[in-house]
Amino acid sequence: MSNFFNKSDLTRQDADKLVSETLNNCDDGELYLEESKSESILLDDNKIKSSNYSSDLGFGFRAISNEVVAYSYSNEISKDSLKNSSENLKSTLKSIKGTYNHEIPKSNKKFYKDINPIEQKTLDSKLEVLNKVNEFLRKKDGSVKQVTASFAGEQKSIEIIRSGGESLTDVRPLIRFNVSVMLEKNGRKETGVYGIGGRQSYDDYLKNDNWKNVCEEAFRIASVNLESKPAPAGEMKVVLGPGWPAILIHEAIGHGLEGDFNRKKTSAFHNLMGEKVASEGVTIIDDGTIDNRRGSLTIDDEGTPTERTVLIENGILKNFMQDRHNARLMNTRSTGSGRRENYRHIVLPRMRNTMMLSGNQTQDEMIKSVDKGIFAVSFGGGQVDITSGKFVFNCTEAYEINNGKIGSPIKGATLIGDGPSILKEVSMVGNDMMLDPGIGTCGKAGQGVPVGVAQPSILIDKMTVGGTKL
Amino acid sequence: MVKDQEFLKSKASYCLDLAKKMGATDASVTVGHSISETVNFRNKSLEASDRSDGLALSIETYLGKRRSSISSSNLLDENIKTLIEKCFETTKITPEDEFNSLPDKNLLAKQISSLNLYDETRFENDKKIKYLKDLEEAASSNKQIINTESSFTENKSNFILANSDGFCDGYKTSSFTTSCVTVAKDENSMERDYEFSSKRHLSDIKQASDLGNKAAEQTIRKLSPNKIGSEKISIIFDKRISKGMLSVFASAISASAIARGTSFLKDKIDHQVFANSINVIDKPDIIKGMGSQNFDSEGVNSNTLQLIENGILKNYLVDTYNGKKINLQSNGRSGGTTNLYFENGNISYEDLLKKNSKSLYITETIGHGSNLVTGDYSVGATGFLVEDGEFKYPVNEITIAGNFKDMFKNITLANDLEFEYSVNSPTMMIEGMTVAGK
Repeated sequence: MSNFFNKSDLTRQDADKLVSETLNNCDDGELYLEESKSESILLDDNKIKSSNYSSDLGFGFRAISNEVVAYSYSNEISKDSLKNSSENLKSTLKSIKGTYNHEIPKSNKKFYKDINPIEQKTLDSKLEVLNKVNEFLRKKDGSVKQVTASFAGEQKSIEIIRSGGESLTDVRPLIRFNVSVMLEKNGRKETGVYGIGGRQSYDDYLKNDNWKNVCEEAFRIASVNLESKPAPAGEMKVVLGPGWPAILIHEAIGHGLEGDFNRKKTSAFHNLMGEKVASEGVTIIDDGTIDNRRGSLTIDDEGTPTERTVLIENGILKNFMQDRHNARLMNTRSTGSGRRENYRHIVLPRMRNTMMLSGNQTQDEMIKSVDKGIFAVSFGGGQVDITSGKFVFNCTEAYEINNGKIGSPIKGATLIGDGPSILKEVSMVGNDMMLDPGIGTCGKAGQGVPVGVAQPSILIDKMTVGGTKL
Repeated sequence: MVKDQEFLKSKASYCLDLAKKMGATDASVTVGHSISETVNFRNKSLEASDRSDGLALSIETYLGKRRSSISSSNLLDENIKTLIEKCFETTKITPEDEFNSLPDKNLLAKQISSLNLYDETRFENDKKIKYLKDLEEAASSNKQIINTESSFTENKSNFILANSDGFCDGYKTSSFTTSCVTVAKDENSMERDYEFSSKRHLSDIKQASDLGNKAAEQTIRKLSPNKIGSEKISIIFDKRISKGMLSVFASAISASAIARGTSFLKDKIDHQVFANSINVIDKPDIIKGMGSQNFDSEGVNSNTLQLIENGILKNYLVDTYNGKKINLQSNGRSGGTTNLYFENGNISYEDLLKKNSKSLYITETIGHGSNLVTGDYSVGATGFLVEDGEFKYPVNEITIAGNFKDMFKNITLANDLEFEYSVNSPTMMIEGMTVAGK
């Protein structure tokens, strides 16, 4: 755990005093201290292209009264700097008075260990893995023209000091290992990408030469795409594979169920609480409590323990995801969903691991039921317009379905749909729920945070496929 | 106040001296300081204020052809010392790469001319509040607008770039940015749109009421959209989307994509890649330009580059490392383009709308559907159906798709270029793309 006060003229007592004094007449707020250490090592074009280490330290001071949030951050932890921030907050909130809510739930559960993954594996052994990846893929097939492989690791320590001197802490490890391969055959080039990661040490993910499986998967995706034909254009049935394709749930439903957009009534879901928003059999949760997952958190960035929040139960909208600020204004409680990228940013209600639970049909039944449609196995990224509810995501591996059979692979196409209605088009839910491999980063208001997704195979009766073939 | 050059220079030379003392053969360092103040409004009242004050340091150390880097926000001498030690230790065990080096000494910028990129005016938060009040008052004057959110950010930055070949320079920049997002509602739909203005100097920022009115107008006209059928149709890209085509083009001609062989424009120098009426220019020395710079992120002097001349690709965007790989000298584009733009076409905006009896006018795209390796393009879109030069009705939940190799050759540009941002384009028409809808 970082000690934020041992190299500063600021003592813990000074900080406690200034925090209490500043937040005395406010509804909520805290001093958030953060120290992060991160590394990224990249192999590209047959060489170790870069090896970067970075350390970051700073605080964010927040005061909230009524609907107004005042925020000030600095990367200098000192008496003067904290005082300046305090003055800045007071001047914004000078005419608005509140009553501080001291209540914050407690839990002693932890969902990952206090480790520093960077220190747990030597640089030499990381370089060795990257070089092996390069050699393995280039030897594997003459069509391999480019290989990129990378390690990214981080340890983030945070401390939250609330008015009255209450302190909450967390240490969060996070790693990611990624491989990208480009193939060229008969003048065509295609890329395949695959990665793994989570909140454990590198070796927990790489044991038994698991890097080979990552290479094989990236190579397989690129090979499939070399054979791909132009994708169809228009409305049709879509079967989604299990696991990572759940970014559809994340984009289509997840963002629209975040507290801030619903308090402001700018989400297409704001007036649908208790209503049927999905087919029967569809249950969606957002869970911060799965051990070692990329989207898991012991406490959120306001100090609230995370939980398993039921968003949609058997088709009915049950809950929004809340941070303390939006929860207070909507007369409800925080779901432990208050997150920020780092101390430079304000807290927003965000997703953690968003999952659609299994039903009892099989992927086989789904494919067989489709006369003409597509089977989407993997995706790049997605995006949503919260207000109109329209969302997109890009296929990176997909196939035609003709008369109940999987046909040729098709080129990457964008799928577009309408969030509030898409889940009503779900006509089959598979029994094969799978977690994604631990690679997701969600962007909102310029802040990226690590997230996870999961789902079983599903059949969607109608979606627009953005290909070029009419 | 943003830290002065003397402070930043002293930190930079402390780093360089230390790296040299430890045995680094070369080193380069960037030290920067930035202060930002933002005020956010929602529905005509104050919603948030945000002040940020950040120092940033990044160092690269070389041992012959070995290189590694570190970055930190903690500028205490003791911390810098620990980090440089760590960086140099890493450098020692990082494999050699024959292309690693500081930029060629005689390419480094020598004379720094003033581009007027810094406006010292302080726009106090109370003044920001007044501006946003006026803006939202205008934005919400129509009853169909049910939510307004706006913000004003003032930023002052300063930096020093120094390397062990004696380069040591930097300068202050400022920016003032204001934006407004409005939500409109009718019995059929709820829609969102926006408008923003970003300038180096406060006095160049748009009038608050103009900005608010524009955002509201753009939002209201999107209400009650239809979905159209799947077909081939000529597509007109509003200026705010057409400039995105330039960003894709810039990524595809970066020396890094070319050296790695992962660009659909590899080996296309002196080849026709755009329609022959098209010219693309990257100009670093526009006075008060949002993308203007005296030198690139390695200190290399950057001159105006004609990237496309009469449709023919003339230059890549070259930095030192990737340049060495493909045998080209750096042209001062480490860090990318500066002020990038299409030259005007020779048809008016009105005539462009009338050029086909039916076209689709796109005002927003969503998704990350640009594949730089293959040139394939497929994104979600919203816009308007245009018939005989008239906007007929709003359209959404459709996708547009094509391949950049074909799209670039079928571009027609209007003559309505304005220099608003760091990337600027006139309104653009592309024929032969596919729309997927119903």
